[in-house]
Amino acid sequence: MVGITASSAAEISARPGRRTLTSVVIRWTFIGLSLGFLAAVLLAPLAAVFTTALGEGVAAYFRSFADADTGAAIRLTLFTAAIVVPLNTIFGICAAWAIAKFEFRGKTFLMTLIDLPFAVSPIVSGLVYVLLFGAQGWFGSWLLEHNIEVIFALPGIILATLFVTFPYVARELIPLMEQLGNDEEEAAMTLGASGLITFLRVTLPKIRWGLIYGVILCNARAMGEFGAVSVVSGHIRGLTTTMPLHIEILYNEYAFVGAFAVASLLTLLAVITLIVKSLMEWQASRASGN
Amino acid sequence: MNGFREPSVLPGFGLTLGFATFFLSAIVLLPLAALVLKTASMSWADFVDVVSSPRALASYRLSFGASLVAALINTVFGFIVAWTLVRYDFPGRKILDAMIDMPFALPTAVSGIALTAVFAQNGWIGQYLEPYGIKVAYTWLGVTVALTLIGLPFVVRSVQPSLLEVQRDLEDAAETLGATPLYIFRRIIFPTVLPALASGFTLAFARGIGEYGSVIFIAGNLPMKTEITPLLIVIKLEEFDYNGAAALGFVLLAMSFVMLLSINLVQAWARRGVVTARR
Repeated sequence: MVGITASSAAEISARPGRRTLTSVVIRWTFIGLSLGFLAAVLLAPLAAVFTTALGEGVAAYFRSFADADTGAAIRLTLFTAAIVVPLNTIFGICAAWAIAKFEFRGKTFLMTLIDLPFAVSPIVSGLVYVLLFGAQGWFGSWLLEHNIEVIFALPGIILATLFVTFPYVARELIPLMEQLGNDEEEAAMTLGASGLITFLRVTLPKIRWGLIYGVILCNARAMGEFGAVSVVSGHIRGLTTTMPLHIEILYNEYAFVGAFAVASLLTLLAVITLIVKSLMEWQASRASGN
Repeated sequence: MNGFREPSVLPGFGLTLGFATFFLSAIVLLPLAALVLKTASMSWADFVDVVSSPRALASYRLSFGASLVAALINTVFGFIVAWTLVRYDFPGRKILDAMIDMPFALPTAVSGIALTAVFAQNGWIGQYLEPYGIKVAYTWLGVTVALTLIGLPFVVRSVQPSLLEVQRDLEDAAETLGATPLYIFRRIIFPTVLPALASGFTLAFARGIGEYGSVIFIAGNLPMKTEITPLLIVIKLEEFDYNGAAALGFVLLAMSFVMLLSINLVQAWARRGVVTARR
């Protein structure tokens, strides 16, 4: 996706034969259809989030965050992300180092397995943990005896979120590190640097932007996951409801301002994620282009 | 390690691979194995009973049908959007390009309630469809609209790079030789982007089958009519019917594997297509 630059588009419109009536008609038809389609399915819903959230005024918007359960939902979401994102980042870096830096048998298979959570329905991601740790699950009776709550409690929410956001950091880093090659790391090792120093001083600066984007995308998904968390959470208001689940509760109670106010926070998070992505692509094209 | 890996001066192979495989097994593989084993512990008759009940069959029809229609819509409009973004320059093009990824970053519950607000009878778009008797929210059309939003980036992001590969000189030559725009599209552009379109279509279709959050708000969730398969699993779990939920979950998981396999096949075919096109 990197490299689709304005210059290519400008170059095309400057080519001879691009200003005939047919080409102008085709051009505006395509632009019109694209804008119409995107306006209907993408822009209108985004705008609806903010207009509904602010529908009863700015005061009502901010008042909805004063609600104790909304506050609890925001705290739970932040706490879950604070545990899930570092774990999946460590996993992503380890997996990328092993896969991108070494040649070994079964590598493609391992990469397919890492991608698995992308292919699995979020409901199935939650379901598997209920089957393991739920009251009738494999470890259910053992957990009950030892008074440990996993399903309908925080550990279940964390596990389901871990599953769903599992591949993000690894997926960003593997192609990037494969493309960068091993030469500089091998030079550093030959000159006597330790493995850790080589990673911190040679590899990390090169993969910085990809890592940041992987982490922020992982974070966006962790904070926004609905299906998987919904299955394991039990929807105990103020205790096991994350922000997306709290949106559902408020929405079903026709508390539209509250529901869309919480939704607007997650929408802002998505917008920030996309801004970081654009910055990363701009950095990447600057690094490779000039 | 005889022959397991090629020698390298870089350290940390055992440590990083060991941790990665351990974490992968604990978080992803063992739980998925639990689902397969739970289903295997059911009798064949019970399994068939659950997965071929009329309600389950109706949910497959909706999940598959709506995903298919949405993926087809996305193939057409995804191509148009990708073409517009790659070929034309207009104010706001870069922002629009960045926003294509929105459905990836936006929580599904947010897209769900936002689409419902827009397509409800009194919504911005719904109010104009209402006089024509078209109801989107709380019908299968609503499910399709939600899955269209979710699948859009898959098609656009597959097609964009392949459109850059289309050789402009060929287009110009064809035009000089008197080819109509439609002929140029059919003979030069379409063959080049076809593998990417197929790959985007499959990804969008696969994602649609398992999607939950964005659908349940707009679907209406009437049994036999607007109930998707993932929702049926949730209902089974709420009734504490673990076997039923596991059986349906197994069907969805099997579908994911089939889709994953088709995606790999389509992408292998797409790579071969690029090689032959360059020759």
